[in-house]
Amino acid sequence: MSWNKVAVVGAGLIKMGELFDQSYEQMASGAFEAAVASVDKGFEPNQVEAAFVATQRGTLWGQEGIGGNTIPTAIGLAGIPCTRIENACPSGSDAFRVGAMAVASGVHDVVLVIGVEKMRDKSSEEGLLSRAAAGHPIFTRGETAPVLFAPFATRHMYEFGTTREMLASVAVKNHYNGARDPYAHFQNEITVDDVLKSPSVCHPLHLLDCCPQTDGAAAVLLVSAERAREFTDKPVYVAGFGVATDHPYLHEKDSFTEIKVTRMASQRAYAMAGVGPGDIDCAEVHDCFTITEILDIEDLGFFEKGDGGRASLEGETSLTGRIPVNTSGGLLAKGHPIGATGVAQITECWWQLRGEAAERQVETRNGYALQHNAGGRGSGVAVVNILTNRTDAP
Amino acid sequence: MTTARFDLPSTDQETQPFWDALKEGKFLIRHCNACGRDHYYPRPFCPTCWSDDVEWKQASGRGTIYTYSVVHVNDLPPFHERVPYVAAIVELEEGPRVMTNIEGVPFDELRADLPVVVEFKAISDDVTIPVFLRNSADR
Repeated sequence: MSWNKVAVVGAGLIKMGELFDQSYEQMASGAFEAAVASVDKGFEPNQVEAAFVATQRGTLWGQEGIGGNTIPTAIGLAGIPCTRIENACPSGSDAFRVGAMAVASGVHDVVLVIGVEKMRDKSSEEGLLSRAAAGHPIFTRGETAPVLFAPFATRHMYEFGTTREMLASVAVKNHYNGARDPYAHFQNEITVDDVLKSPSVCHPLHLLDCCPQTDGAAAVLLVSAERAREFTDKPVYVAGFGVATDHPYLHEKDSFTEIKVTRMASQRAYAMAGVGPGDIDCAEVHDCFTITEILDIEDLGFFEKGDGGRASLEGETSLTGRIPVNTSGGLLAKGHPIGATGVAQITECWWQLRGEAAERQVETRNGYALQHNAGGRGSGVAVVNILTNRTDAP
Repeated sequence: MTTARFDLPSTDQETQPFWDALKEGKFLIRHCNACGRDHYYPRPFCPTCWSDDVEWKQASGRGTIYTYSVVHVNDLPPFHERVPYVAAIVELEEGPRVMTNIEGVPFDELRADLPVVVEFKAISDDVTIPVFLRNSADR
């Protein structure tokens, strides 16, 4: 039996991009308004009983000591309980999971989950890159974000014959999808040749193998399953979720051909939802780099280990493929405003399961969509959420 | 004028013998007397069996590249002066893996399983770090 104790009745985001002209609070309120406006039968902002805010890099604009407490004020709800969730790249996914548990516990009937991130206001030296000097005091100096994934690509190529063309095909597919997503940061198509000829960043990853730094916000409204139909006749339920942790330092990884936390978190989510990888109609997965998506689709069980590169190259994850992946454009094209990323992925799954994904709409035969993030230096944590539009879920 | 450096480790009491040994040309790992496994980085207890019966052990310094990347972009000083450089995971003969740099190997000759051997490189008056070179004797 799927868990199905909590329903998503509203979801929305703002156009991702370099949003120098918008404040953190402005971005949050834009996402909140979009989520409120999406509720079929109407929603009054004061129906929100509590909020969970996902922001991973509060240090980027001086919010490190404030938690999520500027958000209720920004959206006109000062007074409600509000808690900030920070859990590396899956911060948004985890805020969603925690929000769902808050509703399922019976403490709150209506919860707002909102992800907001400002990535571009500070220079890379002050911002994301400064983490290259953080983490373990001895053994991780100089690790940039691509260094945390490129060695996986090298080893995957060595063991399975994965090629740069296979990696590139992931970026080509996600840009194709992004060009059909009005909220995506990048809305242009690219070719395999564009990826291969872009500058080398961190061998074997080139510039177009990497996601951009993006500002953005996304929000979803969660209610108890019993009350879902007060808000919509097309509720989407939380079928299950899973979280896992692993060594965040590369030298302690058991394997460089899998992201272990992804496998573990998905197994937990599948068990909770009572389904398997073959039941998933489409998935939004963590493609911070092209190699990451190839690892994801193997570790989530969509393809055999080592087969992810071939499957990507042959279009099995395209909009019309066997299992469409990152229909929104993914992190590579839609962007990766860290705290907002998972919530934006949930929004795409919600649209797909309601048949509202326009040009990107895929066939949802089984009624299940999967959302996934991994991160935390060398993938120390992953979160998987599974959504369903089925009320008769097995 | 001093420029900020992001490559210097924060040494502590627990790891001081490791850093002192590097200056003397010795690469230390830790051995667990309870389960017999070696580990790295050095910890006050064994990460496999949690025993605190652990002691320093000099590694042979030989190993193979497990995986690597050539880093072309890193703006942080002093890495911005070092690009392109090789970030690698080396698997030591004794088992544990080490995050490190490979030096002196042409990029097109890098590959997983390439035999390498430790070299000691002073990066400041106080700090010597282990890097790895191709182990020609082992080809």
